[in-house]
Amino acid sequence: MKAAVITFPGSNCDRDLAMGFEKAGAEVVRVWHKDTEIPAGVDVIGVPGGFSFGDYLRCGAIASRSPVGQAVVDFAKKGGYVIGICNGFQVLTEMGLLPGALMRNASLKFVCRPQKLKVATTDSVFTSGYGLGDEVVYPIAHHDGNYVIDAEGLARLEGEDRVAYRYVGNPNGSTADIAGVLSENRRVIGMMPHPERAVEGAQGGTDGAALFRALAGMGADA
Amino acid sequence: MKARVHVMLKDGVLDPQGEAVRHALGHLGFSGVEGVRQGKVIELDLAATDAAAAEKEVVEMCEKLLANTVIEKYTIEIA
Repeated sequence: MKAAVITFPGSNCDRDLAMGFEKAGAEVVRVWHKDTEIPAGVDVIGVPGGFSFGDYLRCGAIASRSPVGQAVVDFAKKGGYVIGICNGFQVLTEMGLLPGALMRNASLKFVCRPQKLKVATTDSVFTSGYGLGDEVVYPIAHHDGNYVIDAEGLARLEGEDRVAYRYVGNPNGSTADIAGVLSENRRVIGMMPHPERAVEGAQGGTDGAALFRALAGMGADA
Repeated sequence: MKARVHVMLKDGVLDPQGEAVRHALGHLGFSGVEGVRQGKVIELDLAATDAAAAEKEVVEMCEKLLANTVIEKYTIEIA
């Protein structure tokens, strides 16, 4: 399995994300934001956390319109797998690949701590390594993680079983405790918590490893 | 030609920053503030000389980048 990890100016979780994939046995190629194509043979794209373009205008807004942005959209529209974490989640909503938006935390405070989550669906490759309702701890570190979606959009997400993770103890005011959502074809996921910061003991936990193992184990069917 | 774009959160979208400003105003003794909404103003210097054409272009800019129409609305002034 081959993963592409995108780096924007201001990304700061790109190496951690690459390591998450590599530890699970995936081959990783690094892609710069000025690149206009995703390398051939890539099965999954990782859009990392950080503060792309200094969070100017809106978090993820400039990154989503960068040269590589269109390549990511095209890849997703052809059925490719994409995972966006933290700022990557903001980028994917700004691209329109995922519904809703991420606003300033209701507390107005930057939250940075290990966060308990509940796996809300196992019907996606990303969450297939967990059991439904499993509690996992991934670190969170964000100022703008307050997931907002209108009532109609929320009903659709719930009806289609597209909430991937929910917070146990809502840290940011997100609608319906939503921590991660899936696209309609279940191949694009966005999430505020950082599974790549929980893949080896030295990081304080390994709950995120199952996500990368499931992705790495996808084989050639992607 | 200049354009000024006002971007505001849509009605019904909770504005945590506006709420914080409202609370702070209350602490300063401004007890009559019943609501605060915070937005942004973006000023553009345009090469265009035709107001209608400029406005059309700025609408496109708003839709593509300047506003996130999932949560924000915008108004445009051309001068």
